[in-house]
Amino acid sequence: MAVKTYNAGVKEYRETYWDPNYTPADTDLLAVFKITAQPGVAREEAAAAVAAESSTGTWTTVWTDLLTDLDYYKGRAYRIEDVPGQDEQFYAFIAYPIDLFEEGSVVNVFTSLVGNVFGFKAVRGLRLEDIRFPIAYVMTCGGPPNGIQVERDVMNKYGRPLLGCTIKPKLGLSAKNYGRAVYECLRGGLDFTKDDENVNSQPFMRWRQRFDFVMEAIEKAEAETGERKGHYLNVTAPTPEEMYKRAEYAKEIGAPIIMHDFITGGFCANTGLANWCRENGMLLHIHRAMHAVMDRNPNHGIHFRVFTKLLRLSGGDHLHTGTVVGKLEGDRQATLGWIDLLRERTIKEDRSRGIFFDQEWGSMPGVFAVASGGIHVWHMPALLAIFGDDAVFQFGGGTLGHPWGNAAGASANRVALEACVEARNEGRQLEKEGREILTEAAKSSPELKAAMETWKEIKFEFDTVDKLDVAHR
Amino acid sequence: MSEMQDYKSSLSDSGSRKFETFSYLPPMDPAKIRRQVEYIVSRGWNPAVEHTEPENAFDHYWYMWKLPMFGETDVDAILAEAEACHKAHPHNHVRLVGYDNFKQSQGAAMVIYRGPSV
Repeated sequence: MAVKTYNAGVKEYRETYWDPNYTPADTDLLAVFKITAQPGVAREEAAAAVAAESSTGTWTTVWTDLLTDLDYYKGRAYRIEDVPGQDEQFYAFIAYPIDLFEEGSVVNVFTSLVGNVFGFKAVRGLRLEDIRFPIAYVMTCGGPPNGIQVERDVMNKYGRPLLGCTIKPKLGLSAKNYGRAVYECLRGGLDFTKDDENVNSQPFMRWRQRFDFVMEAIEKAEAETGERKGHYLNVTAPTPEEMYKRAEYAKEIGAPIIMHDFITGGFCANTGLANWCRENGMLLHIHRAMHAVMDRNPNHGIHFRVFTKLLRLSGGDHLHTGTVVGKLEGDRQATLGWIDLLRERTIKEDRSRGIFFDQEWGSMPGVFAVASGGIHVWHMPALLAIFGDDAVFQFGGGTLGHPWGNAAGASANRVALEACVEARNEGRQLEKEGREILTEAAKSSPELKAAMETWKEIKFEFDTVDKLDVAHR
Repeated sequence: MSEMQDYKSSLSDSGSRKFETFSYLPPMDPAKIRRQVEYIVSRGWNPAVEHTEPENAFDHYWYMWKLPMFGETDVDAILAEAEACHKAHPHNHVRLVGYDNFKQSQGAAMVIYRGPSV
């Protein structure tokens, strides 16, 4: 039914891009958008418009359309669903043929799917809720440079989550004082410490001195404790050339892990750095600074679960996911959904967790979920219950804010974690018995006892802004 | 609030050396060790025993005590192997491992007999 003759002018999008009888192919890339249409615009027309503008279409017919098999290359809106509890919104499901995207390029996928279409006048609000990447596309991407299993072997950490800490204050420490804070955390029992996302190479602490002092701290803490340690050296830089220079130096001094801000640094830089890490046997920690600009508004933007998939394709061994229990936003069910997307091989559609599609990752390694932000020892039982073992718990203030200092704070967290793991393995209910488990452990750890006295009353119980869509009437 | 204490750990104090998971807790008594073995069995993991001289504890490879006990679900039999290893190497650390062959990793690893620290 290809158009045989050229008729200039504007056509309704639905004539070409709305196809409710279409059965998606296994190789199609599928996307679901939550659309708030302008008043008077029919659902089918708005869905078709989004399909058109995120694939082959433009606002008017052009003669060169007739030089190609547009019927094959176009995106198709193939299903519309009500959004529970929202009369003005609906979900539009769109299928894109795999040929529309360059192999191994999340950059290209996102330039199409969340490009010009997000400024399109026909919709008042548009949110990319989920993407199904076909396995054929997944296998063209590099993915995590190492993965969970390799990292456990390299770092010799088994049967428990890993423990980290972001060094504070975020900005202003000299390199030597910074290394001191790292050393104290690591000798106290943490596995990792971390550069803050905005620690790059400022005048008060240039990256080379930071790397040198931190490496001495790691080596001394390893000798002292007999355990393997690391610090996420942030190699995020103004240019790719500078980023690689820092990564090379981290490798040269024997650091096991580096880090990158994958959104502000950019997906192109991130994919390149992940490839470098794979070639050089370096672990890669990923921070998500700027994500909330795009993922927090439930009516417009990109859901965080889409970013988790993007990162798993682009490459990273750790990704910040929110904590559910701490100071940062994150609904429990939705968080469980996206940590599955990071770690599991096959994830089934599960609307109760906000997952719209089955997703198959094939042989792509899994990514550690990182819970970080406003958490302390009292959160440990809930964190372990929610995240399980394949996670990194990062206590910044919850380590450094200990009244006796970082080493004591680190030790308190390590004792609390191990007590919770032991109790879980014994079949105890962590979230019910958390207080008894920690109180018992504190009997042999004065550091934990002091931590429990310091933070007993802190709670973060603000309502979540971005909730899963559920009927509330 | 408890009075501030110094954090006791140093290169010269061999008591500062740790052995990863559960080494920040007091040594487990036999009843607690048994419950951890039961956990390994309940997860379907393959139990294994390995040991090392304490001065070589940082190495990735410790000495295997025989082969992993594939398919062994008898908690007493597993504990007996760990004890036999300890009796044969009383000055070594003895570690109990639960191999998770689906994840190609160790689901559990814990030192259950601690040798003298060095």
